[in-house]
Amino acid sequence: MPTDRIDIRHVARLARLALTDDEIATFGPQLGSLMTHVDALAKLDTENVAATAQVIPSRNVQREDAIRPETILPRDVALQNAPQVQGPYFRVPRIIAEEG
Amino acid sequence: MDPLKDSARAIARDVNARTTSAAEVAEALIPHVERVDAQLGAYLELTPELMREHARRVDARVAAGENLPLAGVPVAIKDNMCLTGTRTTAGSKILETFVAPYTATAVQRLLDAGALPIGKTNLDEFAMGSSGENSALGLTRNPYDLDRVPGGSSAGSASAVGGFEATLSLGSDTGGSIREPAAFCNVVGFKPTYGRVSRYGLIAFASSLDQIGPFARCVEDAALVYDVIAGKDPLDATSVDREVEPAAGALRDDLRGVRVGVVKEFTLDDLDAASRAVYEAAYADLERLGAELVDVTLPTAEYGLATYYLIAPAECSSNLARFDGVRYGLRVDGADVGEMYERTRAAGFGPEVKRRILIGTYALSSGYYDAYYLKAQKARTRIAEDFARAFERCDLIVSPAASSPAFRFNAKSDPVTMYLMDYYTIPGSLAGLPSLSVPCGAALPEDGTRPMPMGLQMTSPLFTERALLGYAHAYERATMHAEKLTPVA
Repeated sequence: MPTDRIDIRHVARLARLALTDDEIATFGPQLGSLMTHVDALAKLDTENVAATAQVIPSRNVQREDAIRPETILPRDVALQNAPQVQGPYFRVPRIIAEEG
Repeated sequence: MDPLKDSARAIARDVNARTTSAAEVAEALIPHVERVDAQLGAYLELTPELMREHARRVDARVAAGENLPLAGVPVAIKDNMCLTGTRTTAGSKILETFVAPYTATAVQRLLDAGALPIGKTNLDEFAMGSSGENSALGLTRNPYDLDRVPGGSSAGSASAVGGFEATLSLGSDTGGSIREPAAFCNVVGFKPTYGRVSRYGLIAFASSLDQIGPFARCVEDAALVYDVIAGKDPLDATSVDREVEPAAGALRDDLRGVRVGVVKEFTLDDLDAASRAVYEAAYADLERLGAELVDVTLPTAEYGLATYYLIAPAECSSNLARFDGVRYGLRVDGADVGEMYERTRAAGFGPEVKRRILIGTYALSSGYYDAYYLKAQKARTRIAEDFARAFERCDLIVSPAASSPAFRFNAKSDPVTMYLMDYYTIPGSLAGLPSLSVPCGAALPEDGTRPMPMGLQMTSPLFTERALLGYAHAYERATMHAEKLTPVA
């Protein structure tokens, strides 16, 4: 049944998203129902069809390796929206566990 | 001269001729918007001081002899586009306090052309939604019935122009987010070809689909904005380097010799009787203007929704990974950095955004990529091929812009039912085509007391914006549907 189709807890871990039990109970069937809708795609023949990543034909282009001042944020501006800063850095909680 | 009602073209003409000033326009608009928006809720933030500052600049430039295409024209900006110094929230708690450190190219081009920024408009969170109800920061109402949704995701941008709180606005369209709310709010909404307008400074949702475009009360004003914002931008590598033929001033008044494709799969039989009558009359009007109606088929159109609801969430799950509580936005502390990420995102994102992140993460996860994302990309190829084949037989394709007029708040609680609103807009988005919605009449909803506006969608081949705007202009001039309705707010 749709409800069990997706291991929501596992997917939420991959997405770095903490979910409440209520959310798991709601999202499970909703996502199952959407995926059932999506299953219709299996009927479409895509044998020998190339994948379209984007529709406008584009090719790799090069530009001069030059500084574009209009795209550079001064450091204080780059930091102005940060939840926590220390000196010129973004501050985050501990990433590496203490030896012990 | 009435700056609250006049077209952008008329305001710019008068300001350039100095029969009025940008400052006068601003001073007329500011109190009006403050009053009307108490009812409509189109704006998340009003920027009266910024508007006055730009008005002074415009008046000085005009006095110095410049002629500006949007001189003194009040514009509203969807709040997923950056404008230096304004809050730019994407309608999300995770960005509730974010102040833009730079300005989006499309917005900058409007300002350089003389436009006056009124404020930032409400939207479904991160542009994900079809009703406007997914905003975490405010409720926007439909100017033609305050008990109904404005459509989404560009809810406030559509409501502001439809409710005469702005002459023009910018929205963004990923699967219909300009065209559907335009239909609901009695305005013209135009999504140019994918890549035509720079997305530098637009908060990304689904990068292979997102496109910025205008809302206006007439086709010519939409063309005016298009002429200003379209074109290559060195700051957006995905913007297309291809000449933009100016559209405003080159718009046709008849449809003689134009072949209009009516899509077999977009049958009107699925609509209620009142809506069906509106579109039947619209198709008849096209013929009356000299167009030849041609039956065309898009056999893969029925797969559009399934394709879209794999591609868009997959790209969204990737794009929204950047909201992690480190560089900007909300942070909720945790014991370690992983817990901080999970709690921040749990508290910062609303239910629809979470659903799409989960779908996208699942579709991209190990073992499912080929079955879902890759399959959807192949389906996308087939949909684009169907359009190309159809355009061998016609110059444009018409259909309803949405499967119903604006509905009541909380009428569609099931996500898939809501997704079906975009049935007509999604296939063209997947194919990257230029597409617009133009007012085509009104129908009385079964549960309503006022006739609600409806939109005719017109879609044409890649990079044929000028022709498309011309077809819409001819239809609009002959029918003038928008003027038959009056907003309640």
